[in-house]
Amino acid sequence: MLQGWSIVLASLAYLGVLFAIAWWADRRADSGRSVIANPTVYALSLAVYCTTWTFYGSVGRAAATGIGFLPIYLGPTLMLSLGWFVLHKMVRVAKANRITSIADFVASRYGKSPLLGGLVTIIAVVGVVPYIALQLKAVSNSFTILLHHPDIVMPTGLGAVPLLQDSALYVAVGMAAFTILFGTRHLDATERHEGMVAAIAFESVVKLAAFFAVGLFVTYGLHGGFQHIFDQAELVPRLAKLMVAGDSAANYGSWAALTFLSMLSVLLLPRQFQIAVVENVNPDHVRRAVWLFPLYLFLINIFVLPIALGGLLRFPTGVDADTFVLTLPMAEQGEALALFVFIGGLSAATGMVIVETIALSTMVCNDLVMPVLLRWKSLGLAERRDLSGLLLEIRRWAIAAILMLGYGYFRLAGEAYALVGIGLISFAAVAQFAPVLFGGLYWKGGTREGALAGLLAGFVVWAYTLLLPSFSKSGWLPAEFLSHGPFGIELLRPQQLFGLAGLDEISHCLLWSLLANVGAYLALSLRRAPDAMEARQANLFVDAPVGGGSLSSWRGSARVADLLALVERFLGVERARTALGRYARSRGASRIEELQADAHLIHFAESLLAGAIGSASAHVMVASVVEEEPLGLDEVMNILDEASQVRAYSRELETKSRELEQATQELREANERLREVDRMKDDFISTVTHELRTPLTSIRAFSEMLFEDPKIDLAERSRFLGIIVSETERLTRLINQILDLAKLESGRADWTPVAVDLSEIVRESMESVSQLYRDKGVTLECSLPASGLEVMADRDRLMQVFLNLLSNAVKFVAPGTGRVEVDVAATDDAVQVSVTDNGPGIAHEDHEVIFEKFRQGTGNNGTLTDKPQGTGLGLPISRQIIEYFGGRLWVESPPPGSAMAGARFIFTLPLPTTQKEQT
Amino acid sequence: MKKILIVDDEANIVISLEFLMKKEGFHVAVANDGEEALELIASFAPDLVLLDVMMPKKSGYEVCEAVRRNPERAGLKIVMLTAKGRETEIAKGLALGADAYITKPFSTKDLVAKVRSVLGDA
Repeated sequence: MLQGWSIVLASLAYLGVLFAIAWWADRRADSGRSVIANPTVYALSLAVYCTTWTFYGSVGRAAATGIGFLPIYLGPTLMLSLGWFVLHKMVRVAKANRITSIADFVASRYGKSPLLGGLVTIIAVVGVVPYIALQLKAVSNSFTILLHHPDIVMPTGLGAVPLLQDSALYVAVGMAAFTILFGTRHLDATERHEGMVAAIAFESVVKLAAFFAVGLFVTYGLHGGFQHIFDQAELVPRLAKLMVAGDSAANYGSWAALTFLSMLSVLLLPRQFQIAVVENVNPDHVRRAVWLFPLYLFLINIFVLPIALGGLLRFPTGVDADTFVLTLPMAEQGEALALFVFIGGLSAATGMVIVETIALSTMVCNDLVMPVLLRWKSLGLAERRDLSGLLLEIRRWAIAAILMLGYGYFRLAGEAYALVGIGLISFAAVAQFAPVLFGGLYWKGGTREGALAGLLAGFVVWAYTLLLPSFSKSGWLPAEFLSHGPFGIELLRPQQLFGLAGLDEISHCLLWSLLANVGAYLALSLRRAPDAMEARQANLFVDAPVGGGSLSSWRGSARVADLLALVERFLGVERARTALGRYARSRGASRIEELQADAHLIHFAESLLAGAIGSASAHVMVASVVEEEPLGLDEVMNILDEASQVRAYSRELETKSRELEQATQELREANERLREVDRMKDDFISTVTHELRTPLTSIRAFSEMLFEDPKIDLAERSRFLGIIVSETERLTRLINQILDLAKLESGRADWTPVAVDLSEIVRESMESVSQLYRDKGVTLECSLPASGLEVMADRDRLMQVFLNLLSNAVKFVAPGTGRVEVDVAATDDAVQVSVTDNGPGIAHEDHEVIFEKFRQGTGNNGTLTDKPQGTGLGLPISRQIIEYFGGRLWVESPPPGSAMAGARFIFTLPLPTTQKEQT
Repeated sequence: MKKILIVDDEANIVISLEFLMKKEGFHVAVANDGEEALELIASFAPDLVLLDVMMPKKSGYEVCEAVRRNPERAGLKIVMLTAKGRETEIAKGLALGADAYITKPFSTKDLVAKVRSVLGDA
């Protein structure tokens, strides 16, 4: 059954399913119903971390070192469960700044430097090519093994196989074609590939299922469970060793190094960055990955040790432990299972290759090729109308080239290492990104030169201590290079650099490369302060403000048509128009041409372009369109200081704007009050005018009439003259009172308080009004202490108050039966005087009204038949006078049923302290 | 003989106006507030009303409005009197349908002249 063609057919069928899933997911995404906007899908897609290394290689490593296969999975578990906030921040920052790859991330952080982007890309490609070779090796090996069923044959002498008969070549070509079809159908501004993510999540499930299947088969099918296998292994001394962790320091060191390395790799491998950061739909999905991804790792590793032991028990010699997952079912005639396992391995390989090459080709296109092409004037790219097709072509060629490089490495160096060894080389390579990336995320001091120096130093040391030795071990470089150092210099031996022996090669490489990397990074970063661009990007990345950074510091003008043409060139006409049209509508215009080419629009165009060609190139292109104002020397100096100044200014601006808000609010309130007062003043003036003009009207009218007609009879003449006189008096009184009031209210009253005898004043005022009272037949009584009550006041003014109260009282009581009582009493620190009448009283709601200017106690429906001859100013003035001397004046209504049931006016005046002492 | 209704809450002004109008040969009635004014307009049926604006119960404006709403009294002339002389007040009065507006203190000669001109005779 396991003929060549059937295996191939099964493989093609599986790839077809992957393709279908991807296509379906893309369709759903286009219609807005994304299938991958799901935290579980996100977490599963992270499992692209598990490649054929996991599938085949873990068992191989377990067979050699027992649980020494674990650190590779311990690292990601620790990273996700304890350090997930780092990933969360990376995702947030990447989204806010429209990052499309790890090269873009680093380049953008250190001032949008194209050089950095290119360097990161080169390191990534060189570092990951071995890893791709590993996948090719695994697939081709497993294919070969399966093909020889029922015999168990190990593939050997790979390099010797003629090129055209090498299955690995066809695997490479096949994967290239598949990836090109998969990932380069169109350009997306965000570089997201929903279909790919869905397919990856699917294949994560497939490889877990396949591994579980063979695991169950071995553990429960071939043996009687976990305990049974371990018991059997104990019996074999060689195997018994495997189940105990090694105790040497080297072992611990190796564990630490591997764990550390895998912690970094789960984020920094280009495919991991692509899936975890770029393809992420929602930063909050990270939370589910925190437990789901470690769970997946746990599940896929449960059966590793049993399978390894089972394999060693079954095949004591002659069979590579790497192949146990395949050869064990094959040895038991489990063809279907073996095929399933093969598909699982294929799944793991294709997942890795697809994502890795897409990520790498994006970087190569955006950060390596395009910057060079754009600067190459002779190509005239700046004038080409539509570059989107060119971009896609570049990516396709990049994918093909990367896979061919992978195949090349496979033929040259793949022989010397077991699978795991190759993978670790790649891990160590991407570990070089850690200082610049994590430094860039948490430290604002990193500069472009520092990043460049760090990366270069780390890369060179890595290549020297790990990559070249791998060639040497395959025979491509002379072996003396390893054993005696270059040109015989022992101190520079690649894997015992400067005499540091005793470390395994990974720890050794890690130590030196990271030392060089971090050292160079720090040293060059601290040499100068970050410039404006770096500082700005540092703020965006380290502070990661929610809602994205502020507008780009574009100074200058651009024409909308130019921007439009630029975006169309790189995105394609249709996509450009769609995106810009949406933007225009969000700003309230129907077409993009209607908008102003302000900093906002320029920034938006830049971010659109960044998705297609990377942020560094986008910045350059937009700069070519925007006519920047020329900088004078002063401005240059200012910009250099900008970094620190801007921060200080913005803080100051915040406080200033808050103060401004407050001031505006206060101003608004003051204006309101002013308007109110103005209105009251208008009312007052209008009322005063009316009150003054009314008596004047009578005076004038009667005067004129008397003047016109001398023949008016005497009776009428005297009557008219009498009215004139009284109206004149009324007018005079009014004017006096108004002046009083004006003086009081403006504070210009300057009455000096002297000691006055209250009782004496009361008696005098009563005397003054006695005639008035007699005329109306109203009784006036008082109860006073004889003398001795002295207050500090003005004599005349106090008299004025009394007269006002007494004359009010007599006005409102009934003639004949009217009664007014005056009562004076003293407390410890004040004297209280009350004037009570038995008139109609004052309604409760009018108690305060009567103290208002020109208001008289008649209410809206005047119940009094006689309109009292008053000005309506007496009480307000009295109150002002009393308050001027520190007292209070108010009115009370005595309880109904009491003898004097009218109104009671009460005022208090403070007693001077000397008086208090006397009483 | 034409009939004139004098409406004002100030007793002395009423006296002066009453004397003046009687001397000019008009038949005079007097009201002291707005409600009384409306009653007397109905019963006395004057040809012209000398109407003060600031009054209790009903202001001169309200009386004017009420009169003008009644089509039976279309021919009734209204001359408004007030001590408030702001332009807005004058405009308001004329807008409500007064035929003329005199500010206090007035010249007796002017008042008489205006009454006669509004009544439309010599």
